[in-house]
Order: sequence, then C-alpha cells, then structure tokens
Amino acid sequence: MRHRPVADVSHLPTYDFGSASPMWWGTLAFIALEATGFALAIGTYFYLAVLARHWPIGAPAPDLLPGTAALIILVASVVPNHLIEFWARRQDLAKVRLGMVVMSIVGILPLIVRIWEFPALRISWDQNAYGSIVWFLLGLHTTHLLTDVGDTIVLAVLMFTQKGKAGRRFSDVSDNAFYWDFVVVSWVVLYLVIYWAPRM
Amino acid sequence: MSGIAGKPAEHTEQGLKGIRDTGLEEVRLRAFLAHAWRTPKGFYGWLVTVDHKLIGRRYIVTAFLFLILAGLSALAMRFQLAQPEAGHIGPDLYNQLFTMHGTTMMFLFAVPVMEAFAIYLVPLMIGTRNVAFPRLNAFSYWVYLSGGLMIWIAFAFETGADAGWFSYVPLAGPEYGIGKRPDFWAQMVTYTEVSALAVAVEIIATVFKQRAPGMSLDRIPLYVWSVLVTAFVILFAMPAVMVSSTMLILDRLVGTKFFDPAAGGDALLWQHLFWFFGHPEVYIIFIPATGFVSAILPTFVRRPIFGYLGIVLSLISIGFLSFGLWVHHMFATGLPQLGESFFTASSMMIAIPSGIQIFCWIATIWGGRPIFATPMLFVLGFIFTFVIGGLTGVMVASVPLDLQVHDTYFVVAHFHYVLVGGAVFPLLGAVYYWFPKITGRMLSERLGRWNFWLVFLGFNLTFFPMHILGLQGMPRRVYTYPPASGWGEMNLLISLSSLVVFAGFALFFLNLLLSLRNGRIAGDNPWGASTLEWATTSPPPSYDFSRLPVVTHREPLWAEPDTLPVVEGLRVDAREVLAGTVADAVPQLRVPSADNSIWPLLSAIAVGGAFLGSIYTPWAVVWGAIPVSIGFICWFWPKGEPEDEE
Repeated sequence: MRHRPVADVSHLPTYDFGSASPMWWGTLAFIALEATGFALAIGTYFYLAVLARHWPIGAPAPDLLPGTAALIILVASVVPNHLIEFWARRQDLAKVRLGMVVMSIVGILPLIVRIWEFPALRISWDQNAYGSIVWFLLGLHTTHLLTDVGDTIVLAVLMFTQKGKAGRRFSDVSDNAFYWDFVVVSWVVLYLVIYWAPRM
Repeated sequence: MSGIAGKPAEHTEQGLKGIRDTGLEEVRLRAFLAHAWRTPKGFYGWLVTVDHKLIGRRYIVTAFLFLILAGLSALAMRFQLAQPEAGHIGPDLYNQLFTMHGTTMMFLFAVPVMEAFAIYLVPLMIGTRNVAFPRLNAFSYWVYLSGGLMIWIAFAFETGADAGWFSYVPLAGPEYGIGKRPDFWAQMVTYTEVSALAVAVEIIATVFKQRAPGMSLDRIPLYVWSVLVTAFVILFAMPAVMVSSTMLILDRLVGTKFFDPAAGGDALLWQHLFWFFGHPEVYIIFIPATGFVSAILPTFVRRPIFGYLGIVLSLISIGFLSFGLWVHHMFATGLPQLGESFFTASSMMIAIPSGIQIFCWIATIWGGRPIFATPMLFVLGFIFTFVIGGLTGVMVASVPLDLQVHDTYFVVAHFHYVLVGGAVFPLLGAVYYWFPKITGRMLSERLGRWNFWLVFLGFNLTFFPMHILGLQGMPRRVYTYPPASGWGEMNLLISLSSLVVFAGFALFFLNLLLSLRNGRIAGDNPWGASTLEWATTSPPPSYDFSRLPVVTHREPLWAEPDTLPVVEGLRVDAREVLAGTVADAVPQLRVPSADNSIWPLLSAIAVGGAFLGSIYTPWAVVWGAIPVSIGFICWFWPKGEPEDEE
C-alpha cells in the first residue's frame, strides 16, 4: 500500500506521568487484580464468620498494638510518598534521591512490626478456619509489602546511578508511589477486618 | 547492517534525538527498522525474543498441542465407554483422564489459545508494533508452558489430577486427595493464571494506550473490543481461582482449615470461589470467539457489521453479567431458594446480550452477499451450534430442570455445545482466516471444506445424543455402566462419531502442515478485508508496519483501499511505538518498546521452580524468592538503551 503522511509526531515526548503513561495503566491493572484478590479473601473471612457459631473461633480477638503501629507507620508514609510524587513530577533528582531513601526505610519499618504482628493474632494458622483466614490475610498483605519495598529499594539504588538521570526514571518513581498508596489503603481495610471485625 | 552504521545527518533534524523516519525512503526505512526490531537468529534468539508475533505463534502452537493431548484423552474415554462394562480402562485412570481432559481443555487450551490470538493480532489490528509490556508477554508464555508440562509430566508418572477439572473438596482435600495429585492441579492453576493475568494486563494497556492515532473508541475493531472485555473479565475472575487454589494447597501442605467443616471451614466455600472464577471462565473463552465471528463475517458478506454499537454494548454487558451467574453451578448444593431464583434470573438475562449479537450477525448476513469460504462455514456452523447450546443453557438455568439433569450427560452435551460450538468453531474459522496473514500462505479450501463438514457433523452426532442419554439418567464421570441400562447403543454411536471428529481434526492439522509448505501465496490482503492487520505484508515484518497508520474510518482499508494515512517522526534506530489518549487515541508520547531479553525466561524458570517446590515444602516459597528477585531485578534494570538518552 502507498503511504500518505498526515501527521508528524517527532516532537512528542518519550515519557510522561500518570494516565498518559502506559506503565501507569499496567500498574492500575495490577492494583485492580490484586484488590480483587484482597476482596475475595475478605469475602472469605466474612463467609466463614457468618457460618461460625462464635467468631473468632476458639481464640481471643487479636492484640491491637502491633497492627495499629503498622497502621500508623503506613498512614504516615503517605506524606513522604506524595512528596516524592511531587518531586518526581518536577524531576528534582536530589530530592527524589532523598525521598527514595526515606521511603525505603519507611517501607522496612512495618515489615519489622510484622514480626510481632503474627503472634499478636493469638492463634495459629492450623488451629481452625479463623486462624487460617487471618494468617492468610496478613500473609497476603505482607507479600505486597515485601515486593513493593523490594521494588522501592531497587529503584532507590537505581536513582543513585548514572541511569537514574534518565527522565523516564522519574515516571517510574511516580508509578512506584502510586502503587505504595494501594499498599497503604489495602492495609487500612485489612486492619479493620483483622483487628476490629472480631470485636464487633 | 553496514548501511545504517553511520548516522545520516540528513535524517537527524536539529534538536531531535536519534534517527527519524521522516522522509526516509522505504528501502532504507525498512533496513533501519529490521535492525532495531530484530530477533537474533538461532536457538538463543528463540529464547530471548519479545516479538508479539513470535510469542503469539508459539502460544498458538503450544495450545494446539495441548488440544491434541486433551483430545486423545477424550478418545480414550470414548473407547472405554463404547460398550457397557468394557474393561479397557480402570476407574483410577479414567478419573485422571477426564480430569486431565477438562483441565487441559480449559486451562491449557481454550484460554491460552484465545489469548494467543490476541497477542498476535491486537498490535496489528490497532496499528502498533508490539504489546505494551513485551517482556511480560514473553514471561507469560514460559510460565504457561512450564505449568502445562508440569501437570502432564505428573500424569505420565501416575500422578495425574483426578478430582475433576474443578477439583472439589473434600475429594481434593487433605483427607481424600491421594498423594500429590491435587497439588499438581492446584499449582498448574497458579502457573496458568499468572500467565493469563499477565496477558490480560498487557492487552488492557495496549488497547487503551497504543491504538493508531484516530482509532477512537467507536473505531476499534470488534475483535479488539472482545479481547479487551475478556481481559477485564480475566482481571476480576482469575484472582478467585488463585485465592482458592492457594487455600487448597495450604490446607494440604501446612494444615490450614479453610475447607474443613470440623474446624470451622466449609466445603462449599471452595465451590463459591471456584465458580466465581469458573463461570466467567466460560465467557473468557466465548467472548473472544464472538470477536472472531464479528471479524470474519463482514469480510465474507462484503459489508460492514450491522449494529456495531449494539455488539460492543452486548460484549460489555456479557462481561458484567458473567460475574452474576456462578451459583447456577451449585443449584444442587441446597442453597436458599431466594438466592437460587436470583441466579436463575441472571442466568437467563445473559441470553439477552448474546441474542442481540446473534441477531446483529444474522442481519449482517441478510444485508450482504455471502461468500461461503471455509472461515465463513465455521461461522455459520458456530451460529447453528451455539444457538442449541444457548437454548439448553436457558433450560438448565431453571432450578427444577437443573436438579433433574445435574451431573448427567445432558450437562456434558450442553457445555460442549457452548464451548465447542461457541468457541472452537469460530477458532477454527479464525485459523483459516488469519493463517494467510501469519504464514503468508493460504490453507487449502478443499481440505478446509472436508475439515468443516467432518467436524460439524461428527460433533453433532457425538454430542447431540448425549442430551438424550442425560435425560435417560446416565451420570457424568462414570468409567462404565451396566448392560441393563440400555445406554449401550447410544454410547457406541457417540464413540464412533467421535472418530469422525477426530478425522476432521486430523485433516485440519494435515491442511496446516501441507499448506505451510505448498499453500498458495497469500499476498497482503487475500480476503479483501477491512482491518489494519491486512495493510502490512503477510507474514508481517518484525516491526509490523514500516510507518504507523492513522485511522480515519471504522473500516480503514475499505474507506481507502490503496493508500494508508501514516504518521512520521518516529525513531528508527531504536524500538519506539506511539501512545495516545484512551478515548480518542490522540498521540501523546513516543514510547520506547522493550528489546529482547533472556531475563523473562530466567525469571519464569525461577518462578516455576518456586511453584513446583511449594508442592513439596512451604520453604520453597521462601528460598525460591531469592532467584525470583534476582531474575526480576535483572529484567527491569536498564541496560543503556538508546532511548534513555531522551
């Protein structure tokens, strides 16, 4: 077929932020499917709770302290996370580097708290279905925390190399911040389910 | 590539990075692009490629190989059932055979083959050069392949899954599931779902962002709409089976109690979670098949589709409604009646958008001049067969009737009419339709007609009598039946007819093999079709289009048959595609597209190893995380691509 040039795209940029970037849509799609997984696991929790004569089965409600500590850290992390988003969009390398270091540390903190959180459930996963589902919910979120903190640390290291100076890395930082918001929001919901639903 | 080693200054405008295609003569343009988008030759190239066409092709071939395995297991079952009390196959092997047949057909053939076609066709149909995340695409194939190989190797070692394709607990649970059989099933699900979800994500991002400039939502080819809707259904359905199969493997491996009623668990929980995925699964297979029909039909009746908007809205509503039907698989479990009535209503409701599509197709045929080439025959065969399957679907949506025929051959007949009639017929039509684009050669029409009639007649002779057998009370999943049941003659007819289907498929594969070497040369657009994939050569070059097209019409090649409006200004020394706005496809970015890499394969091996190990010990997940992390870090770490300069 003959070609008839009708448009010139030579001056278009090669990266952008938010919904202009295909990667943002990919991140959103992954968030959607993971949120579906969370929703189904939460659905399972309430399904089992409705079936049970007493809930929680054979155990006291979980100890509030470690989970609440994780909640406070995660909710507080939203502030540096959004600052990083802002700096990434302004392509301020020095501040983004600082922010990534902060976010790596802020990401590791709730993982440390998690060490106390599992025992704070006050039931083992193999004791009964209640134990199984709370361990499952906490495990699911911990996996998310681990993978996103891993991702954040790798990206932080990358930002300190020569390759961190490429413009599209700022877009990567912005998408990473977007995903962290999901990790935080999902914990708010899971925290209410794991710690407060048994107290209702 | 000596011709492109030095940067020709005349093509590098002031201030623009890289070499652009603006004003570049066609021969040089193609040389540049062929270099930038090349796949290395030989075995290594085969391992590292991220070309959506190569990956799509190998997905298709692999899925058809699994079809052969599943088909052979069906033949073995029919051999056993041809006579009452035949002793060819014992109950244990029979259980494995029907489980492997269903599992393979659903997880390893039907879903992957539909995704495979999408991977191959979507970038070509929307006028781009690769999917949005090419390495994720490569990764998804390797994960799928390892999952399929794993479960079949396990079967070869007498560890084949044997609790049915839906692996119900408690049969598949720790108490009754023998050895590691259900664990292999559960992990195969994890592999294939990871792969399917990865493809769904890349299809959504590709269709949303990488459509040719001007391809607004109302100009997207219907096939692309169908795979987009399917991708969303996958996104929200597949996590259910991943959650449930993980719970199953945890119950079996570390003693969790999700499905154990004695410890507060519930066996029906499995069914809810499984069918929350399992019913949409049917539509994951069926919706792209309707997309094939909507793509093939206009070409062979020589007119645009009737009711484009109606079909798009039907596809979307089928996608939504598919999530409201799962309980109709559980009518026999004693659920509250009010709930059952709701699911009866929603099951019947889905017949409305399906009906709209069928009427639109009939109207399209009515208003056109049909040409009865093989793809068209399969489309007509589909309409006939699917209508029967749809009607028996409305029948079993009603609780009293369902209770009568539940777990009988009536249900077997129903879902084969829906799945084979509704998906495999259009799929075979699609193979005949796009084979010329994929290989550059036409399939034999004569063999094609034989293929169609043998499969069509053989299929109906095999599966129609199953309705009657079911009404007579013959249960599913029995390895034999007594002579006094009176089911012998009908079963013999079914078994003999299944040989006709087999012969039809044998001709199909023969046609593929013969035509690959000796088929008539196809040319760019042998059918005179209207969509963009026919605007490039057959087979397409590694870069799909030498210049990215601009779309001004819903039927671009019919609106302008000789000239293709195109954009200029893209780099030719690096892989680059266009990204645009979601609704109107107005170009926003020149996005770099990932180059070949070995890391998707190595990551898939690491992920596969962790999954496989976790069948035996939970620690495999912990230790497996190390190679998986290394694989992913190396995959994503930038390696000095030229586009990083910008």
